[in-house]
Amino acid sequence: MALEIIESCTSCWACEPLCPSKAIYEAKPHFLIDPDKCNECSGDFEDSQCASICPIEGAILNADGEPVNPPGSLTNIPLQKLAA
Amino acid sequence: MQMPVINIAVAEAPKQGGCSAGSCGSKDEQMSHLPEHIRQKVFNHPCYSEEAHHYFARMHVAVAPACNIQCNYCNRKYDCANESRPGVVSELHHPVQAVKKVLAVAATIPQMTVLGIAGPGDPLANPERTFETFRMLSEQAPDIKLCVSTNGLSLPEQVEQLSQYNIDHVTITINCVDPDVGAQIYPWIFWKNKRIKGREAAAILIEQQQKGLEMLVAKGILVKVNSVMIPGVNDKHLEEVSKIVKAKGAFLHNVMPLISEAEHGTYYGLTGQRGPTNEELQALQDACAGDMNMMRHCRQCRADAVGLLGEDRGSEFTMDKIEQMEINYPEAMKMRAQVHAAINEELESKRLAKEAKVQIVNIQGLKKKEATRAVLMAVATKGGGVINEHFGHAGEFLIYEASSEGVRFIGHRKTTPYCEGDISCGDGESVLDKTLKVLAGCEAVLCSKVGYEPWGPLEAAGIQPNGEHAMEPIEDAILKVYEEMRVEGKLDAKLDEQQKVA
Repeated sequence: MALEIIESCTSCWACEPLCPSKAIYEAKPHFLIDPDKCNECSGDFEDSQCASICPIEGAILNADGEPVNPPGSLTNIPLQKLAA
Repeated sequence: MQMPVINIAVAEAPKQGGCSAGSCGSKDEQMSHLPEHIRQKVFNHPCYSEEAHHYFARMHVAVAPACNIQCNYCNRKYDCANESRPGVVSELHHPVQAVKKVLAVAATIPQMTVLGIAGPGDPLANPERTFETFRMLSEQAPDIKLCVSTNGLSLPEQVEQLSQYNIDHVTITINCVDPDVGAQIYPWIFWKNKRIKGREAAAILIEQQQKGLEMLVAKGILVKVNSVMIPGVNDKHLEEVSKIVKAKGAFLHNVMPLISEAEHGTYYGLTGQRGPTNEELQALQDACAGDMNMMRHCRQCRADAVGLLGEDRGSEFTMDKIEQMEINYPEAMKMRAQVHAAINEELESKRLAKEAKVQIVNIQGLKKKEATRAVLMAVATKGGGVINEHFGHAGEFLIYEASSEGVRFIGHRKTTPYCEGDISCGDGESVLDKTLKVLAGCEAVLCSKVGYEPWGPLEAAGIQPNGEHAMEPIEDAILKVYEEMRVEGKLDAKLDEQQKVA
């Protein structure tokens, strides 16, 4: 059970200090999550901290490979406008 | 490598650049009416003092990438070297790099008196990086003023630390005091380990901003409030915001226009939310000016801007260039002190001259003619407070209002230089159209020269081209043109009637 950061990450550092498991680390070209350390914050917080502050829709995937914050969920931008 | 700049002749006058108005702001908006302890703090701060921004420079370092809220006018993915939206930076710095950059700039541009941390995220959402930078700078460069901008969400918990680092200038962006308005501006905040959305999020943010403002004022830290004017969302509401923040002790309120284009990829950009017109912005700034001092010279700097307001010399100080520089800051500081003393002397003599002038005007004012209507005029200048720019070369116009009360600076309006139309726009026709739009509401445009081609369209738009006052001081020339208009009886008619005739 671990989250994953993918290439749309902008390396903004918001998630890194929040991780209770110290699973997030700076890497090039973007930050990464150590899957051995990440427990999706279970036992520490109700919500996964990285996914709760990440400003980029789709940049963090859950254990099933689905975006925790799907397109439009954070910005309220209508999907057809995002696609355009 | 020794920085060559340290050998610069100290007596050299500060280079003109950035905004070039002779003086910006009405008498009410000058620093002189401020309490002495505030005036002492801001007289050499280019963002807070209209006078100072002609002489002193500022820089921002981008050490704070993280943010704890989302604004509908921001897209965290976007970064473009040609874009001068606030919040957008090209090169993120670690605190040690940032300090090196600051020292290099301060040694090269001795007029640089202020270092701000403004982003690209929220500085107080990156407290370790922000405060580490401030700590090193207050040790190594005590002659640089420190300031910080914030959305205010985590401000109350940081006020104590802010006051320890002797940061006496804080800017809070406050776009609303009503959560229903806020819900249309902020889609979410990160608060107490949760992402909170909608009205609830806006209510928390507003509460924190107001609390932070009160705490800073109680600590004696100067607070400026920035507001982004979003037509149809908070434009009416900002007058109330202005009253409230003033009542709580903010000493400046800066209303800025929303910058919104589809290509920015922001919520507002993609959903067609427009920014205000120049006239709408000015009307709101006027409505708020009764409540509060405004800063019409604000240029909405990038989070990594370097130089005088309105200019950006950031490309001279990229990390690879800075790595090549050896800076002897204690030596540079001596040179800086001399430059600052020379500027302050000039500012002081200008202030005295102005006071003397005001007295003369007041005496003349006793036998004054009747009140005449106010007229807006545009000025093309490249510096020094005089009319010295061709119409076709002007990338921005300074807008002044002349009335029987005198001349006051209203703001600056950017355009594409008419003569460069073919290069930068593709269709030369629309460049003049753009400039005509930018000059809307003005009845004259004063420049060192105006070409034959734009003359007709300017006149047709009710804007009298005027190239007769080249190299004259801006305010003097405007008063002369205003007097000519009075003699010609043009000041009796209402503006809209006049424009209809034209």
